[in-house]
Amino acid sequence: MSATPKLEWKGIDKRFDGAPVLAGFNLSVAAGRSLVIIGRSGEGKSVAIKTALGLMRPDAGQVALDGRDTVDLSESARRRLFSGVGVLFQGSALFDSLTVWENVAFRLINADGVARRAARDRAVGALERVRLGAEAADLYPSELSGGMQKRVGLARAVVADPELLFFDEPTTGLDPITAAAINALIVEQVRHLGCTAISITHDLASARTIGDEIAMLQDGKIVWRGPASDLDRTDNPHVRQFVEGRADGLVTGADQSDARAIRVGAGLTGGRPRQRNGGPQRAPVARRRPPTHDAGS
Amino acid sequence: MVRVVGAVSLFAVRGVAAVFSPPWFAGQLLRQLRAIGFFSLPVVGLTAVFTGAALALNIFTGGGRFNAEQVMPQIVALGITRELGPVLASLMLAGRVSAAIAAEIGAMRATEQIDAMRTLSTDPFRYLVAPRLLAAVLVTPLLTIVADTLGIAGGWLVAVRVLNFNPTTYIHNTATFLQPWDVGSGLIKAAVFGFIVALMGCYHGYRASGGARGVGRATTHAVVSAAVLIFAADYLLTSLFAHP
Repeated sequence: MSATPKLEWKGIDKRFDGAPVLAGFNLSVAAGRSLVIIGRSGEGKSVAIKTALGLMRPDAGQVALDGRDTVDLSESARRRLFSGVGVLFQGSALFDSLTVWENVAFRLINADGVARRAARDRAVGALERVRLGAEAADLYPSELSGGMQKRVGLARAVVADPELLFFDEPTTGLDPITAAAINALIVEQVRHLGCTAISITHDLASARTIGDEIAMLQDGKIVWRGPASDLDRTDNPHVRQFVEGRADGLVTGADQSDARAIRVGAGLTGGRPRQRNGGPQRAPVARRRPPTHDAGS
Repeated sequence: MVRVVGAVSLFAVRGVAAVFSPPWFAGQLLRQLRAIGFFSLPVVGLTAVFTGAALALNIFTGGGRFNAEQVMPQIVALGITRELGPVLASLMLAGRVSAAIAAEIGAMRATEQIDAMRTLSTDPFRYLVAPRLLAAVLVTPLLTIVADTLGIAGGWLVAVRVLNFNPTTYIHNTATFLQPWDVGSGLIKAAVFGFIVALMGCYHGYRASGGARGVGRATTHAVVSAAVLIFAADYLLTSLFAHP
């Protein structure tokens, strides 16, 4: 194992409207390992990934890629440093005005300067690696099912042979069989590339399949971390409640986490949460205002 | 208000910087030239023809009150080239292009496509914003030339068919009266208006939030702000160009 982690969050704080979402968040992943972050909706898993990708600027702390802090990098320096990073987004985030192969080859054509013909060949190769035939290459994303879109997103993430892969809720919205197929493809591609992988999910089947290690995020911090095989054996009360899916325990079914989920959701889309005048029992309801996208995005 | 002006200004500076610094995406520029320019020809042309025709009727009627009907060709030409050609072409673009840009970029924001673009080592300002700004600045003057031509043609048609003007004399009077600066000042205005149209579409789309509702709101804001800024810029430029 390399002494320097591939990626490390050091003391990350992130607040939305003064409310902490990440508070002293520390986590690292060694090169070549697959780490899965689990946690309830709204706990800040996506925020953590966005700070790592430079899509959101933390209020405090550092995000180190290969030991180099990335928080204050210029846009062009970040583009160079992140050329070896691939991301599979929750909703696939395919460019709907481009065909499937143009989506997969987007980085090759527009960032790496690969000729279109060669880029298409590599894109078709990547599509075949995720079990999509060449006949899908000229379709548009809107002509594909959700599972196929995920495969295209995975092909786009791996086509440039990245050293670090992020998976944001890779199986959300998929049926169990398709989800299992996507999990298997993720494992296969991570092993094939020999890269580092960081995933966030609340799908435990997915976490067990794709993770070497699992870390649980709760209240803005990592409250447990261990090998994937320990997930069902640990006596950590947070993990036990999450694994068993109990509404009663350390965290109740509807509590401050729901309010935090609203803040996180509003923060990710640039909105501002406020309380509606509906009495003390009502959950805060997000109201939108013109967004304030971070990090010059 | 100050905050919004600052945000728009910073966005504009970043967009202009992206126009002048590599990498350039020629394919995107060509696509935008076609979308903003070619596909706007029908609406701009029809608007200009009808406006020129209505202007001719109004000036003829109004001029008749002090026996000035015969200067109608010159006034139509001046009004179209200096004012109505660039303003109407740009307003049509505000309705058609600002809305389309804001909706497209706003939807990309809502579906994380812009985040995805950044993770694919591609600057959205260079890929999305710069081609739209440049295309709008280039094609709006061209569309204004079309609007000027068809606007004057609309006036000529009414003058000849309805008001019994001599067709050759009308054209001769128009051609001898118009000066290059009449057309040139209108084209400069058009370039500025084109920049406003694309800037408002990109700005509001890029900052869209809140899903479909947010995209709709961004579209509305883009059209309204582009239209208001066009009128404001029109006054400023006219006062700059006028020689009282």
